[in-house]
Amino acid sequence: VAERADEDLSVVGRPLAKIDAAAKVTGQTLFADDLALPRMAYARLLRSPHPHARIRRVDVSRAAAAPGVLATLVGGELPIPFGILPVSQDEHALAPDKVRFVGDPVAAVAALDEETAEAALKLIEVDYEVLPAYMSIDEALAMGGSGGAVSPQTHQVRRLHSAAPDAARIHDYGPHGNVHKEVSFDFGDVEAGFAEAEHVREDTFFFEGNTHLPMEQHAALAFSGPDGKLTLWSSTQTPHYVHRAVAKVLELPPSQIRVIACPNGGGFGGKSDPFGHELVACKLAMKTGRPVKITLTREEVFYCHRGRHPARMWVKTGLKRDGSITAMHFRTALDGGAYGSYGVASLYYTGALQTVTYRIPRYKFEGVRVFTNKPPCGPKRGHGTPQPRYALECHIDKFCHELGLDPGEWRLKNVLEPGTITANQMKVRTIGLKECLGRVIDRSGYREKRGRLGAGRGVGIAASAYISGAGLPIYWNAMPHSGVQIKVDRGGGVAVFCGSTDIGQGSDSVLAYVVAEELGILPEDVRVVTADSDLTPVDLGSYSSRVTLMTGNAAIQAARRVREPIFAAAARKLDVPVGRLRASGRRVWDAADPARGLSFAEAAVLAESEFGTLGAVGSYRPPRSVAKWKGAGVGPTPTYSYSAAVVELSADAETGIVRVDKVWIAHDVGKSINPLLVIGQVEGSVYMGLGEALMEEQAFRKGLHKIPSLLDYKSPTTLEMPAVESILVETLDPEGPYGAKECGQGPLLPVIPAVANALHDALGIRVDEVPITPERVLGALDGRYQAPPMPAFRYPETVVVEPLAPAAPAVGAPKAL
Amino acid sequence: MLRLPPFEYRAPGTAREAARCLADAGPEAMAVAGGTDLYPNMKRRQFEPRLLVGLRNLESERGIEANGGLRLGALATLTDVAEHAAVLERWPSIARAAGLVSSPPLRNAGTIGGNLCVDTRCNYYNQTESWRASIGFCMKKDGDICLVAPGSDVCWALSSSDTAPVMISLDAEVTLVGPHDERRIPARTLYAADGIAYLSKRPEEVLTQIHVPDRTGWKATYRKLRRRGSIDFPILGVAAAVRLVADNVVEDVRIVLGAVHTHPVEASDAQDFLRGKRLDRESIDMAAGIAYKPAKPLDNADLGYAWRKRMARIEVSRALRELAGLPTGDLPPMTF
Repeated sequence: VAERADEDLSVVGRPLAKIDAAAKVTGQTLFADDLALPRMAYARLLRSPHPHARIRRVDVSRAAAAPGVLATLVGGELPIPFGILPVSQDEHALAPDKVRFVGDPVAAVAALDEETAEAALKLIEVDYEVLPAYMSIDEALAMGGSGGAVSPQTHQVRRLHSAAPDAARIHDYGPHGNVHKEVSFDFGDVEAGFAEAEHVREDTFFFEGNTHLPMEQHAALAFSGPDGKLTLWSSTQTPHYVHRAVAKVLELPPSQIRVIACPNGGGFGGKSDPFGHELVACKLAMKTGRPVKITLTREEVFYCHRGRHPARMWVKTGLKRDGSITAMHFRTALDGGAYGSYGVASLYYTGALQTVTYRIPRYKFEGVRVFTNKPPCGPKRGHGTPQPRYALECHIDKFCHELGLDPGEWRLKNVLEPGTITANQMKVRTIGLKECLGRVIDRSGYREKRGRLGAGRGVGIAASAYISGAGLPIYWNAMPHSGVQIKVDRGGGVAVFCGSTDIGQGSDSVLAYVVAEELGILPEDVRVVTADSDLTPVDLGSYSSRVTLMTGNAAIQAARRVREPIFAAAARKLDVPVGRLRASGRRVWDAADPARGLSFAEAAVLAESEFGTLGAVGSYRPPRSVAKWKGAGVGPTPTYSYSAAVVELSADAETGIVRVDKVWIAHDVGKSINPLLVIGQVEGSVYMGLGEALMEEQAFRKGLHKIPSLLDYKSPTTLEMPAVESILVETLDPEGPYGAKECGQGPLLPVIPAVANALHDALGIRVDEVPITPERVLGALDGRYQAPPMPAFRYPETVVVEPLAPAAPAVGAPKAL
Repeated sequence: MLRLPPFEYRAPGTAREAARCLADAGPEAMAVAGGTDLYPNMKRRQFEPRLLVGLRNLESERGIEANGGLRLGALATLTDVAEHAAVLERWPSIARAAGLVSSPPLRNAGTIGGNLCVDTRCNYYNQTESWRASIGFCMKKDGDICLVAPGSDVCWALSSSDTAPVMISLDAEVTLVGPHDERRIPARTLYAADGIAYLSKRPEEVLTQIHVPDRTGWKATYRKLRRRGSIDFPILGVAAAVRLVADNVVEDVRIVLGAVHTHPVEASDAQDFLRGKRLDRESIDMAAGIAYKPAKPLDNADLGYAWRKRMARIEVSRALRELAGLPTGDLPPMTF
């Protein structure tokens, strides 16, 4: 995609309103729960009261006979399993034989109204055989199986006793016991790296799980029409993957299914899986012949979850006298909850992106994900990378303090060069991290403030990286990741069709801006039709920060293709070479004589007269990854975004209460398609990061979620939100549309470790886990605090990954390699 | 979504009539004022009244009058109380407590009488019906044991009113109207040591007025501890009032803790200790060391109970420091 100078851009780069702004602020956006169809029925789900149990019998006969009940559904009626990843097809729409967490759906009722459906749930009899529940990584690993255990400090192996019969495993797949997935990779000889280091340090950290908390609760409406075709409207971030799951579980040809993603009232990764309630709505619609709607309660949203994995982490780094890294060894242990979800990808992500910020010549990663009897974990903003990034950035701060180095200067000095291929074979293209660090250091006064603000006040710094879209789709295929179709109307209007899903981040608006830019019209001239499997070409969904980059590139291609006949016709009419034509302000004009031109509508009419109906398609597929090892599907991306943050905070040593006073954050967004929306994403990321750093946790007690409500699950209010200074750094990445990278997830990453590092500056203490609660702060001040140790677990035999051959197309490999 | 159970609604025009409705219907009836606490609780089936007696038409119980003392109609909204000029000037701890309840929209609907009578809270109890069924029902609703203190034969749900400790600290009284009579009792006797029967008033009695004596010569404050600056119920409240004479000597003092027990807890020993002493750093620290002892936080509210107990001492100390004009130790205001 060719770069264009800023002065040539008339829409891109401007702080325009979102195209749906008026609908949103006046309450007219139609979310899934706002939809109503004639004869619509309402369904509710019966959920498991036990964290782990076998289902002996489900009897729905009394519920089915209740007045107003239209249909019931049990797990045996939808026996085909599904799951977002092909390797983890371990979920059922309704549990047929076993429940794995409190909240696992077991049966469903459709009725004339919601009250009747809810009341009928009480008439369903379920006979459970209760099984032992595993509520933590340690409990899950203690059930034994064939795995061993090793102390991370001594590397001594000790065998675990087989505590329970294999039959009580949460799932009957996975390598052993409750282990879902275990990995170990060597990228270079880290032991040799530690041996040549002047200084070696290891640290242990814990990142508690937390959830997305979207404002909109999930809702699904399904209707099986008289033509036999099934339509599902849903609050989903991934309508294409839902489409596939519906076809599989309901055993219908995909051509007979239409999936429409409604505007999402926030997603953050929590609406990225196909969910049982979506499949249940479809099946009940087929059974009743009526539209059937299911809207989840807030408590049920906590049970859908798929949020941040609780992660125990250990990191060991060797440093030379000048502070440069000789080797890094990173271990993670993830609490996956009850199902696979994205967990295999999440696990790889906890080891993938450590290498793309600073020079790490040798790297080793070991990871394990275990099943527990809690709501399943999955992708939440930053997917698997905020936990290790938190650990890494705190670890760096610790070794800088130990060696008397300035943590800001160390980072500046050790940032990767552009064009690097890392030890784990991730290809870094542009990298604006140095500028990000420099800007937040300067703007915050970090150098002057660090260690000098007095007791109870401190500053902390951290940096990070994130992907701009996953390099591979969820299921293997060679097709585009994003497709865009454009139709030009005789009146000068343009319709854009794309499978992308607006979850509030503004992806619909980005399509309008890009097409308006390329065709020289205004965003309000563009009608955007998205996320409808019948009407729009496939886009893989709003996950992995992929949409602006991929749909943007697809839209540019489609727009330039549809522009060709328009320019050709206009060139003929104006009698100028096509190459001299420009389009802006609803005009096609001659660059040599700007007064000479046609209106866009006139040009379109001429083109249609000459060439016939005007339409074009465009698509985008990420570049092929240079990585060659199995598991390298996670981590590669068209380009990495970079962020750096400085947090200033005050801490009350008597109460342990921490108050964040200000955040300076710089983000390498490549190019702002709309700086207003970029800053919105940056500020939202800061807000979410602060909640994770200081408050939010998925707490469990006696097998249940302890606080499944907006009142009791503590997330910051506007009163806890400090001033934020957002700095946008533009590196004009050749892979991005107009040079753009992602901005929706990456800026969350540095916030959490920057808070922890600022707390150390303020009070001289380390709380090596999040959330950093007042009681943990007091514990640290009293000298009573210790981070939870790594679980006893023997990681599998290490796969030694050979370095890429020099002949490989590895441009700009760093000197350290 | 969670939906309300079916119920009948009546809204009589006088408190006497309301009390009669409540008496006639017996345990199946409840009174509702702002409804900000009751309706969500009904959706979770903490309450399933057959009849709701709405108090919204009790126009005469809505006013705020400040002559010598203060008379608050129980139906005055928390916003009305928090923003009333005379209350702000002469009974600032009341305005402060009312202004710290929940969030602005809920203070616009919630009433001062409702907040004084608000249900006790426990995170084993304030959950949906299906959640409570999963863990096993507790004695406060549908069950027979206390889940937070399984050996206990009484319920340990926490008094969670912000205004109750303040009213007690100001020696306020309340008027209770029954079907046949009315009575006026000290606010401190309105509460009982039981998380279920947490009010001493008879179920049919309607709280109509709050009477606060003239507190000229006193200084008073209220401090609320909670995770966030809005929305949250208190996990600790400290209402303190002191009457100082020459040389900062304490002539009289009230220290009342909220959200540490099933009822507001008056720190009588600390009050006795302080009377006649100079209110200075040393006496404050000693008084706080006495005052926090009766706090009985358990694992049924936000954050750890050991931390909440420790905070009771610190918050009492900070409240008294504020009244003595000493630096409280709170974080300075944000400078950005």
